[in-house]
Amino acid sequence: MRVLSGMWSGIAVVVFLLIVIGGSITLTAMTSTSVSLSSALADPYLIGVIRFTIGQAVLSTVISVGLALIVTRALARRSKFPGRRLLISLMGLPVVMPVIVAIFGITAVFGKSGLLNQLLSLFGMEQSFTVYGLTGILLAHTFFNLPLTIRLLLPAWESISRENWRLASMLGMSSRQLFRLLEWPSISDRLPGICLIVFLLCFTSFAVVLTLGGGPAATTIEVAIYQALRYDFELSQAALLAFLQLSLCTVAALGLLKWFRVFAATSGRKVDASDRPDIHSTTGKAIDVFCIGICAIFLLLPIAMIFYSGIRGPIYKVISDPILWLASGRSLIIAILATVISMLLAMGLIKSVRFLREKTKQQKGAELALTIGSMTVAIPPMVIGTGFFLIALRTHTLAHATLIMIALVNAVMVLPYLIRSISPPYIQAGEQYYKLCRHLGLSGLQRFRLIDWPIIRKPTAFAVGLGGALSFGDMGVAALFDTDGQVTLPVMLYHQLGAYQFDEASVTAVFLLLLCVAFFWAINQIIGR
Amino acid sequence: MKTPKLLTALICGVCLSAAESVYAETSTLTVYTYSSFTSEWGPGPLIKKAYETRCQCNLKFVGLEDGAALLSRLKLEGNRTSADVILGLDTSLIAEAQATELLAPHGVNTANINLAVTWSDSYFLPYDFGYFGFVYDSERIQALPKTLRDLMLNPDSPQVIIQDPRTSTPGLGLILWARKVFGDDDISAWETFASKIVTVTKGWSEAYGLFLKSEAPMVLSYTTSPAYHRHIENSERYRVAMFDDGHYQQVEVIARLANSKNPTLAQNFLKFMLSDDVQKILPTTNWMLPAVKTGQPLPEAFKESEIPKVILDFTPEEVSTNRKNWIKRWLGAVAK
Repeated sequence: MRVLSGMWSGIAVVVFLLIVIGGSITLTAMTSTSVSLSSALADPYLIGVIRFTIGQAVLSTVISVGLALIVTRALARRSKFPGRRLLISLMGLPVVMPVIVAIFGITAVFGKSGLLNQLLSLFGMEQSFTVYGLTGILLAHTFFNLPLTIRLLLPAWESISRENWRLASMLGMSSRQLFRLLEWPSISDRLPGICLIVFLLCFTSFAVVLTLGGGPAATTIEVAIYQALRYDFELSQAALLAFLQLSLCTVAALGLLKWFRVFAATSGRKVDASDRPDIHSTTGKAIDVFCIGICAIFLLLPIAMIFYSGIRGPIYKVISDPILWLASGRSLIIAILATVISMLLAMGLIKSVRFLREKTKQQKGAELALTIGSMTVAIPPMVIGTGFFLIALRTHTLAHATLIMIALVNAVMVLPYLIRSISPPYIQAGEQYYKLCRHLGLSGLQRFRLIDWPIIRKPTAFAVGLGGALSFGDMGVAALFDTDGQVTLPVMLYHQLGAYQFDEASVTAVFLLLLCVAFFWAINQIIGR
Repeated sequence: MKTPKLLTALICGVCLSAAESVYAETSTLTVYTYSSFTSEWGPGPLIKKAYETRCQCNLKFVGLEDGAALLSRLKLEGNRTSADVILGLDTSLIAEAQATELLAPHGVNTANINLAVTWSDSYFLPYDFGYFGFVYDSERIQALPKTLRDLMLNPDSPQVIIQDPRTSTPGLGLILWARKVFGDDDISAWETFASKIVTVTKGWSEAYGLFLKSEAPMVLSYTTSPAYHRHIENSERYRVAMFDDGHYQQVEVIARLANSKNPTLAQNFLKFMLSDDVQKILPTTNWMLPAVKTGQPLPEAFKESEIPKVILDFTPEEVSTNRKNWIKRWLGAVAK
């Protein structure tokens, strides 16, 4: 019974997630006639779509995570330079941008008439860079996921203790040895989880792939799901495709699970990279500056272009529109609700995962539970949304539960971010202080308050801020549930775009981004300090 | 002192949107439509105001992403739907909407309807219409294609951005358009045209936005798009290429639900949509042409020369039977 007592919260969350995932797919499937998996898999078009989806997702993941490793190491080695904090904060922006805004930002830099081609034409090369195609897809996915990966990886570097650096220093280790003996062990246990999130995000990417992919040859399974749900109204086909997508993602997750390693226990104290022995050489410095510089230009130029066109727009006209403020209020409510729900789910799950590791040494079981929590990204929001919609419809709660429904779907969608940022330090704190806690008789809330909270509050603030900002910028789900004509800010943005109000929309986009930043900042002020 | 002000406004926003109006003593007519119809720039707010003063009722618009989302919502809800009226399906969705058997005959006199074709459908009532067209940037294009055939086959024709027929209405419109012009040869035309396509976007907004950012000199849109730029921005820069071999027509329709609790109200609203009061505001709010001849001429921004002479369309049944197959063929030709 004692085993169960530590497990109930995790079991509850896992059961909830399985019901949400399975239920939404089943409910969607039940609404129309059945289709068979085998006949779907015999369709050459679909096979092509599946191959393309996997291929671009693998490539995008390798590139995003590979580049992130290089840039994060450079950022970790240079722990003090002017603008570092601002740079890292701005890196949160691509993650929370509505897709269409990001597309406009990326094409403003890399498009046919973008900055890059304007620069090239100065050298006599007219429109020589073409973004549309695989290039565009990889570029956009890197734009979204490189900063996310950096943010998730940086704490791994910061968890290497001062003693270790000093020891390495005394032993006269080279930069390469440092990486192999100190840095790799500390980052490699997080890497599979991070790769999984990035892979899932790229796998389920939709509008970016279609628009920057240059044509229907670039079609992901998500596009086929949208088509089935929306234009063909073949719900069972949509459910089947969602199931297929989930299965493929599960295979990928299980493959990565094999590489999950035991967390290396390190002291969680704040360290300073100035203890590193390899940061003083000039070449090292030059390389770091180069890496950080290129990354900053790549990420900040599209953001700058978005702000530039926003500033030139009719700012007063947009800001003085009362609907903008109503929509912001509604978005804020959704973000707060989603964050609270998601936080409850994440903590419930993580608590049990740590219990599993401490009491039963079930590493794989623990990782499996975390993986289930991450898989929610692999379910198309449209399918979860449709499932929830059908539940609300049948229980006659549609008119009253709209906000909760939107928040719930968002909470489930952002859960992986919370799990992946909070679980490593939380589990580490457990491993390190387990004996001490037992010795002192600390348990339950007291242990959480005194031991865990100080260690996880920073990553929690980051994850909650990110999750909230993501829900704030959500579009697909909110539009699906509209029952009373009230709009959220992203929906309003799409309304403007649909009504030729492109200049107004660019102002709204900047406004939306600023509110996301403000939300992120506020959370970090409240929790992270 | 700026921050507290903003904060207050934000808090007010939160409170106002949280407090949903629960007072519904007078009867409420619920109309499902697409979001650009009901957004603050569309005709929705004006129509609501005008209708509510005359009917002593509440008019509630539910704005869904587009016509397809509207139909799919209706199918999801089935008999449980709270809609009294659906507004904004187009001719390519009519047959599938009819098949739901959720609709009732409109029972409205269609004598005043002024379309290129005579309207005889007893369930769907047209309220406005338009034509798909290729809009171009006059600062970047001198030599214009004169026909769709010319645009798609001539190696010198300009580059274009189009929409995906699997996810957007204009995208599907172009498939039908090309099908009308080329018949069974449409596939080889698409194969030639593919090299001119800069990209194929999910929806109209992405395509038009990229076009305005000069990603291509030409975009698939509506023949009325230049009227918007003329009327609102006073600009002649963006124009539409008028084709001698015709333009595909899009007719937008309204229908009422069979198990509506307010059948009279619903039918009155259908009539109201065809009245002068509504028809005269549609051109400059919905950027479509009125389906009924109004007492006054079209606003100045709408030019006679931008109204197609040759009009192309398929019957709803033809679209419904062939749509999937034609899209599949299109994929085979373009996705290489």
